[in-house]
Amino acid sequence: MNRLSAENVTLAYDQRVIAEQLSVEIPDNSFTVIVGPNACGKSTLLRALSRMLKPSAGRVLLDGQVIQSMPAKKVARTLGLLPQSSIAPDGITVGDLVARGRYPHQGLLRQWSAEDERVVRESMARTRVGELAERYVDELSGGQRQRVWIAMALAQQTPLLLLDEPTTYLDIQHQIDVLDLCADLHEEQGRTLVAVLHDLNHAARYATHLVALREGRVIAQGAPKDIVTAGLVEEVFGLRCQVIDDPATGTPLVVPAARTARTGGKGRQTGTAGTS
Amino acid sequence: MKSNRAVRLPGGLSFRLDVRALTVVVGLLAAALAASVVLIGTGDFPMSAADVLRTLAGEGNAGQELIVNELRLPRVLVGLLVGASLGLGGALFQSVSRNPLGSPDVLGLGQGATAGALTVIVVFSGTAGQVALGALAGGLLTGFVIYVLAWKRGVHGYRLVLVGIGVSAVVTAVNGYLLTKSDIVDAARAVVWMTGSLSGRDWDQVWPLLALCAVLVPLVLAHSGALRMMEMGDDVAYALGVRVERVRLVLMLSAVLLTASATAAAGPVSFVALTAPQLARRLTRAPGPNLVAAVCMGAALLVTADWISQRAFGADQLPVGVVTGVLGGVYLLWLLVTERRAGRI
Repeated sequence: MNRLSAENVTLAYDQRVIAEQLSVEIPDNSFTVIVGPNACGKSTLLRALSRMLKPSAGRVLLDGQVIQSMPAKKVARTLGLLPQSSIAPDGITVGDLVARGRYPHQGLLRQWSAEDERVVRESMARTRVGELAERYVDELSGGQRQRVWIAMALAQQTPLLLLDEPTTYLDIQHQIDVLDLCADLHEEQGRTLVAVLHDLNHAARYATHLVALREGRVIAQGAPKDIVTAGLVEEVFGLRCQVIDDPATGTPLVVPAARTARTGGKGRQTGTAGTS
Repeated sequence: MKSNRAVRLPGGLSFRLDVRALTVVVGLLAAALAASVVLIGTGDFPMSAADVLRTLAGEGNAGQELIVNELRLPRVLVGLLVGASLGLGGALFQSVSRNPLGSPDVLGLGQGATAGALTVIVVFSGTAGQVALGALAGGLLTGFVIYVLAWKRGVHGYRLVLVGIGVSAVVTAVNGYLLTKSDIVDAARAVVWMTGSLSGRDWDQVWPLLALCAVLVPLVLAHSGALRMMEMGDDVAYALGVRVERVRLVLMLSAVLLTASATAAAGPVSFVALTAPQLARRLTRAPGPNLVAAVCMGAALLVTADWISQRAFGADQLPVGVVTGVLGGVYLLWLLVTERRAGRI
């Protein structure tokens, strides 16, 4: 049995239902990536898996227990999350921010152990922000800042790590940089990673397990090589395309069909593909 | 990180000391106590600091004992407690709303307490004790209204501030109406109450405030680690194992209680809740809510302001709220100008 799973969950914000009867298993030691068009419920699913959103029906299980019934700090020592929105407090240094990741391991009488210090130093080295330790977080570039937040999540030392669109707002080399880091964390330390990604090609390249969602339902899941086909992309994103082998990695590469082919030769249709 | 020292004891105990913050706290405490001694010695019957200390130790003569223990000490203690409560309440509000303007002065808690007090003064011509109860009720009710209107699905800094300003405007209008309906004696009493004053405060005000602080200050400090995590956003705090909703409810309730009871004891002393946490933070230069430093800063600020007002204008001539208002207003302007230069507002 896998450590993290959602069983028949109904996910809703107030009255707006995002998904019903949704079941997802996160395979242990996988790098699972959730993809799907905007508003398909992928971030919502991640919020439910990280107990940020309580399902209105069904349950999320972590190590066989309903996640909401577990002590908050205990969950936080098992499952980490890098949310989409986070705020660096005014005037905080990189070192101090990363150190805050140790919160679930600390208590009134155990505020700053030698272990805390070691883990923080390691996390910063791992994400290559060690030399920035004394700098203020406000002064950093977007790519550096994202690495600092990942370092904070690493300092939490959780076997499971969830990332909600970790590459959004980064330019291409920093996107790859962050994804490489994720792949390292997965491969070298055997962590289970779950990420929501926008870019299907990044997902196909880095994921070991892909979950394709549309309108709150799982359309397909499995290894990218097995499931990413032109048919699936059309079904999930409503986009006609060709799937070829990525010349660099051999993983599936989605190439959208030319505009003329998609619009039946008129070539005048506006609107954005992939958001239907 | 530089000023943080780790203290590790055998048995796995470890503590974190921010040397600078600790120095600031000790310094502010010393300043507050020194100002208190000077304040006790100030008045129509001046006493030297040595005399004050001797009398406090129980070795003064009968006249000195009466003046110190019955008249001036309770007033100073009320000042310290009100300042500390306002400093802590303000720090909590600012930290939870992640906005320096999210303090009780701006949010209309002071005005709400004033409305309660005015109602008792104008409509019922109540006693001082009843006025205090009215103020407490008014403050709590305003806090509740703001909570209901602003808290839906978590606080967003500006939403809280805007709701607070709206509530504040409504309550100010109510206060204006109550004043116009009052006769001249009640109106004079109301105006003195509204500027915030420590004159005539005695042990009856000290005990309830002291009891409340004795409960709430440790409760709040026990949650300060969680509050520190919440400054990074609700999502991050959840991920780190903070029960965000519960912590926020406990802390906001404490902040409203602290502010409302401080206002009930001394009137709406302006700007202490806004400025004390900001000044404390600039002295400690530490990120985070800086709760202890804000408590000490509030106490020191209020007692110093009371001393200035007595010193410059004679006993009971000028309510302490006027001095804190001037000090706080000037400080706020300075803050806004420098923040603007730093490009943050």
